[in-house]
Amino acid sequence: MIQDILVSGLISSSVYALLAIGFSLIFGVARIVNIAHTAFYMLGAYLFYSLLVQLGINFAIAGLLAVAGVTALSLACYKLIIEPLREHESAVLISTIALAILFQELMLLFYGGHYLGIPSTMDGAVSIAGVSIAYQRFVILVVAFVMLAATWYLLNHTRLGLAIRATANDLEVANLMGMNVHHVALATVAFSAALAAIAGVVVAPVFVVDPYMWLGPLVTMLAIVVLGGLGSVKGSVIGAFIIGFVEAITVFAVPSGAFLKGAVALSIMVAVLLLRPQGLYGVVFEEER
Amino acid sequence: MLRALLLIAALAAAPVVHAQGTIKIAVLGPMAFVQGQHHWMGAEMARDEINKAGGIAVGGRKMMLELVRADTNEILSVPDASSAVERVITRDKVDYIVGGFRTEAVLAMQEVAMDHKKLFLGVGAAHDELGMRVERDHNRYKYWFRVSPTKATDLGRTIFGVLGAVAGSIRTELKAETPKVAIVAEKAVWTEGLVKAAQANLPKMKMEVVGLWQPSAVATDVTAELSAIERAGADIVFTFVSGPVGIALGRQMGERNMKAVAFGINVEAQKDEFWGAAAGKANFVSTLDTYSEIEITPKTIAWVRAFRDRFKVSPAYTAATYDAIMLIRTAIEQAKSTKSDDLVPVLEKISYVGNGAVIEFDKRHDPIWGPGKAMGIGVQWQDGKKVAFWPPQVKGVQPFRLPSR
Repeated sequence: MIQDILVSGLISSSVYALLAIGFSLIFGVARIVNIAHTAFYMLGAYLFYSLLVQLGINFAIAGLLAVAGVTALSLACYKLIIEPLREHESAVLISTIALAILFQELMLLFYGGHYLGIPSTMDGAVSIAGVSIAYQRFVILVVAFVMLAATWYLLNHTRLGLAIRATANDLEVANLMGMNVHHVALATVAFSAALAAIAGVVVAPVFVVDPYMWLGPLVTMLAIVVLGGLGSVKGSVIGAFIIGFVEAITVFAVPSGAFLKGAVALSIMVAVLLLRPQGLYGVVFEEER
Repeated sequence: MLRALLLIAALAAAPVVHAQGTIKIAVLGPMAFVQGQHHWMGAEMARDEINKAGGIAVGGRKMMLELVRADTNEILSVPDASSAVERVITRDKVDYIVGGFRTEAVLAMQEVAMDHKKLFLGVGAAHDELGMRVERDHNRYKYWFRVSPTKATDLGRTIFGVLGAVAGSIRTELKAETPKVAIVAEKAVWTEGLVKAAQANLPKMKMEVVGLWQPSAVATDVTAELSAIERAGADIVFTFVSGPVGIALGRQMGERNMKAVAFGINVEAQKDEFWGAAAGKANFVSTLDTYSEIEITPKTIAWVRAFRDRFKVSPAYTAATYDAIMLIRTAIEQAKSTKSDDLVPVLEKISYVGNGAVIEFDKRHDPIWGPGKAMGIGVQWQDGKKVAFWPPQVKGVQPFRLPSR
């Protein structure tokens, strides 16, 4: 059973981490609570479906085009809707909720309420320590870890990463030091949306694509970023692995309560916040204000 | 100028004059979803057939049938569903209502229809409570009749009958005297009674329950559950699922090459789109269903073919709006009246040969269950095709197949 928990936990955690990092980056750099973040994940899956299944484009090219398309869309949304409202945090929050629902309704309009499936790139499964794992799930794991490593490299070994970290640390000081914080925010939005779209593309051949697929991960992702500490990338990764493994343990330990896995994860988040209100690696709320 | 205005007014009034000769039926369903789309398709077929034949005979005159399409959005919002019923009754002035899908929504919609004393023929929701209300308070709820599916208790009777046949295949082919069964039920109102019945009945049917797994109805990943089910050594995955979790289950069982076979209620597996949604991995997934090209009644095969020719898909069970409307027509013609109060006693005594069942109503206004009446069928996905395998005595059924071991 332990090996089952390890494998299941590792796969779901890595997808959660991809989503949570992007959300944290946007919050850290631009102070935007982007509820539409998982809607970009959903759009990535839909675009991938259209390119691959409906247009018959090659798997890799379809994936790249889907990520590029969603990234471009996120930039357009940022420039047209978010940036003009940035000074008003509540308005930004509500706008992102509206955007997410708009995307959902558009998908419902264009694709209907049907559940769509995308063929696997790799058929078959392998048995490791008695656990059967489909090859497609390895793809998720590999892509997720490559992207996590790329994010770490970008943040720690590039000028853009330095600018992102500086802006996240103190937006006003970064601005006073001559940094173009608007460009940094734009780059962060693009990178975050790309991460969400990549998550959508890699899970699409394993999960089911539908207009509401953004809602479940949204709640989990919010739990993760609050648990890890708002704006903290390290916290998001660790939070993702905690929540992912807690969910896996819940399913295996309480099979008839598998539907409670989300509630258990949220309870852990609340428990951590009671002991440490700023989350595992976040700044204290009072300092934030 | 005045003449022109009068002419326009006269033209505008013209449809009202024609409308006096029509019977209006509201078709209620979640129209953005397959269930609602099939509600509408079934109703369209009935309308076209009736109108082509000159309409419905009411006493000495013929009345044309007009449908009002109402999106209840009930999968997402129960209040939306109640509003939709209110709207079709008060604004569109419909004479009767057919459709409904989600139990929670239909319970609410039923109340609104009964408030207005409108005949409401349910096509979609299975919960017993809908019929129990008729039994408890006939005067108020007598306008409700359930056309399809059979009530949840009867679905249970069918499902255990089919499960017995599936277990028989396993006993014969795998020499497993006591097949191991994993119950997978989404957490929802409609599954509660079925899960309890399964836990109580399976040991009596010489089957061992190895566990109960209850994922969310909207779960898109059940690998953790399937890992545990494999470890428990299950031969049968007994499903009660209506949401996308049914697709994830079928697909991921196929991807893992699981030796267990899935049977139960899997609403997604009833749809033609299931095979594609599961990326062609859901071989051997089986479920209860309503229609197939087998001779359930003398009408079934021809109607299923006509439906497929027209809409390019097989009918889902909510397409029984066709039978609901035909029942209304028959009742009107027998009663020689369009009043709901006059139609109720006729429907209570009717025996109607439908496309998926012979419909006669019991005192709860539920279809009477049993061979030759309303029972449902068992279907299995075999190499991309959905084939019927139960009831065995019906002409056209194919053998049930197990995954290779």
